Amino acid sequence: MDFNLSPEEEAFRTEVRRFLDEHLPRDRKRGGDFLDDWLRKVRERRWVGFGWPQEYGGGGASIMKQAILKEEMTKRKAPPLGTCMMGLQWVGPAIIQYGTEAQKRRFLPDILDSKYQWCTGYSEPGSGSDLASLQCKAVRDGDVYVVNGQKIWTSLAMWAKWMILLVRTMPAAENKHDGITCLLVEMASPGIEVRPIKSMAGSAIFAEVFFDNVRVPVENRLGEENDGWRVTVSALAHERSGIAEVTGLVRTLDDIKALAKRSTKNGRPALADPAVRRRIARAETRIEAMRLNGLRFLTRQLKGEPLSSETSVNKLHRAALEIELGELALELQGAAGMYMHGADEAVDGGKWQHLALSWPEVVIGGGTPNIQRNIIAERILGLPKD
Amino acid sequence: MNFGFTEEQELLRQQVRKFLDDRAPLETVRQLLETPAGYSAELWREIAALGWLGLAIPERYGGAGLTWVDIIVVLEETGRRLFPSPLMSTVLAGAAIGRFGSEALKQRYLPGLADGTRIGTLALLDASGALGPVGVTVRGALDGGGLRITGTKRFVIDPTAATLFVVAARTGDAPGDARGGAPGTGSRDVPDGASGGEADDLALAVVEAGSAGVTATALPVLDQTKRMGSLALADVRIAPEAILCRGRAAADALRTLQSLGAIAVTAEATGAAEEAHRLTVTYAKERVQFGKPIGRYQGVKHPLAEMYVDIESFKSLLYYAAWVADEDPPALDRAASHAKAYTSEAFARIGIDGVQLHGAVGYTDEFDIQLYLKRAKWVRAAFGDADFHYDRIAALGGL
Repeated sequence: MDFNLSPEEEAFRTEVRRFLDEHLPRDRKRGGDFLDDWLRKVRERRWVGFGWPQEYGGGGASIMKQAILKEEMTKRKAPPLGTCMMGLQWVGPAIIQYGTEAQKRRFLPDILDSKYQWCTGYSEPGSGSDLASLQCKAVRDGDVYVVNGQKIWTSLAMWAKWMILLVRTMPAAENKHDGITCLLVEMASPGIEVRPIKSMAGSAIFAEVFFDNVRVPVENRLGEENDGWRVTVSALAHERSGIAEVTGLVRTLDDIKALAKRSTKNGRPALADPAVRRRIARAETRIEAMRLNGLRFLTRQLKGEPLSSETSVNKLHRAALEIELGELALELQGAAGMYMHGADEAVDGGKWQHLALSWPEVVIGGGTPNIQRNIIAERILGLPKD
Repeated sequence: MNFGFTEEQELLRQQVRKFLDDRAPLETVRQLLETPAGYSAELWREIAALGWLGLAIPERYGGAGLTWVDIIVVLEETGRRLFPSPLMSTVLAGAAIGRFGSEALKQRYLPGLADGTRIGTLALLDASGALGPVGVTVRGALDGGGLRITGTKRFVIDPTAATLFVVAARTGDAPGDARGGAPGTGSRDVPDGASGGEADDLALAVVEAGSAGVTATALPVLDQTKRMGSLALADVRIAPEAILCRGRAAADALRTLQSLGAIAVTAEATGAAEEAHRLTVTYAKERVQFGKPIGRYQGVKHPLAEMYVDIESFKSLLYYAAWVADEDPPALDRAASHAKAYTSEAFARIGIDGVQLHGAVGYTDEFDIQLYLKRAKWVRAAFGDADFHYDRIAALGGL
């Protein structure tokens, strides 16, 4: 057991910190061309797609260095390393693993250069937690697939240029996981209609997407026909040990501690209430458990062991924390917690209300807590399937 | 970065498991619980011969010179089998003398603690059961360079097995004249009473069983695998050289020992919780109701998944705290509190849910799950309950 970094890793951490000192001013003046400059600079260093193979423009970095980079960036509240989030998180890795040479040349540089957004067409009205039951279908017609059906909860669909789409190509498959194919679809294709959905937080970041005889060239199929489930599962596995998420939670908790210090409860300092103190301490402990779980998973990755269902452990922690931290922050505000931004009494400009209303993005997206519990119970504990 | 065990540590774990499987299965444990001593002197000699007692004692005093990470490997396994013995107590007494004793004390006691001819334990708590200097109310009087102590130490683990006790007492002298730093400035301003002058007249000393005026008594306990009781001290004379430390140094030592104790309890709890979980998962696969194994129902499956989440998480907290114990002492209290707070709460729930998911048979003496429920109740209070540790985390975190 050794939590120290190697000299090379330590040097890299210093390099990242120096870079941040130089290019991320503490006074947070980030207007004007700041973001464009930032994206160019991190791209020059090949920190975008830091773990991707160098031949496709990535950094070819070790898992440990990737973790260090993420951690330092999150600590300093740095802007993202690229704006094409889904491209960087799972579309790119899936293309690297399953794409043709032409697909790699065509799509990977654009993702790294933040040229446009990708969106993800997985969920359907009838296929949420039971994703493999999806019905949106594609029929081969010469050199194209003709797609008909509907997707839903598609984040960023109204802004994305491309979509990674799961369709059913073999309706009669005995096993519902067979007969699914993964297509890369240009959102400007004729026959695609996007209808934004407004969330309870008041914003519209996801949408319904309708497909009416949309023609997708066969060359835009990712992986083999009817092998789309495997492509997707391995792409989702690129959501790794969650180190950056932990750093983000630590930051939120620090903000909550600061909030608690200036809050009162029934006319007395909130921190004079042991229940408040213990609730904060309990959240801190859970975040620390998440951090250390992440390091244990990371160690297994470093030893070359594949990660599978264990990551559900931290997903459950994160879900609980996203909800709890929002609740805690609002409770600390007492009556002021009822206001939103725009009201004079709203604390910190109403940012906590947003936190308390936006957790479903994290908690429901990517598998609900009950699905995570099923995964643990069935795949790790070996309990019989429902 | 490597958050895993070494090959040697994995071998040690296998050795402990095999030994306990062969020599101390739960039937044997149940028999031992019926005996007055509550443990087997024969098995004690065998585990001493295997070197488990002196893992973290330096080699020049007869130990293996290893670390707390090695200790918790053994304790996880003894906890898994609810192996009753004064192993944990002896390890903690060894840590007290090894970390805070003079060279003469180390030479006198550590070899015996490493080879099992001595059995040690901590006698830090008094009537209130409170941890930290604030809980120490038994008073001694200065007697030359030594002390005379009259009073009763409470909640002592393995009181009748132990042949030596590490005792905390107040010395009644004026603040500031003790070795170990300036008076009245709590270095760690936390809610276990460390701040201000409260700590200044504290002393830790070694008391041998059999000395004049020393009487250890075992009391009825909820968890029979953990013997507890009192240590009555009637005008017991403590020689100057038997004093481990005084004043602020003693307050810091007390806190360190209680953090190490929390780690040790958590280590045994981790093994025990994992076994309670395994028993319950196994039962849920076998027990059929409404035509299906009950483990197929989400009402059963989800609590079992939550237990897994908790166990994996307190394992992580425990392993890190054990590493910190040797490698990063300033972080010890916080890491130990994270581990103990989480474990106390989660294991209590695992014990209760474990019994409940067994249905009526879980309530019987015959099924083993109840033994783990009882251990969870011992774990909850030993070396600070969840509230104590959450309060400490809050204070250490600047709240």
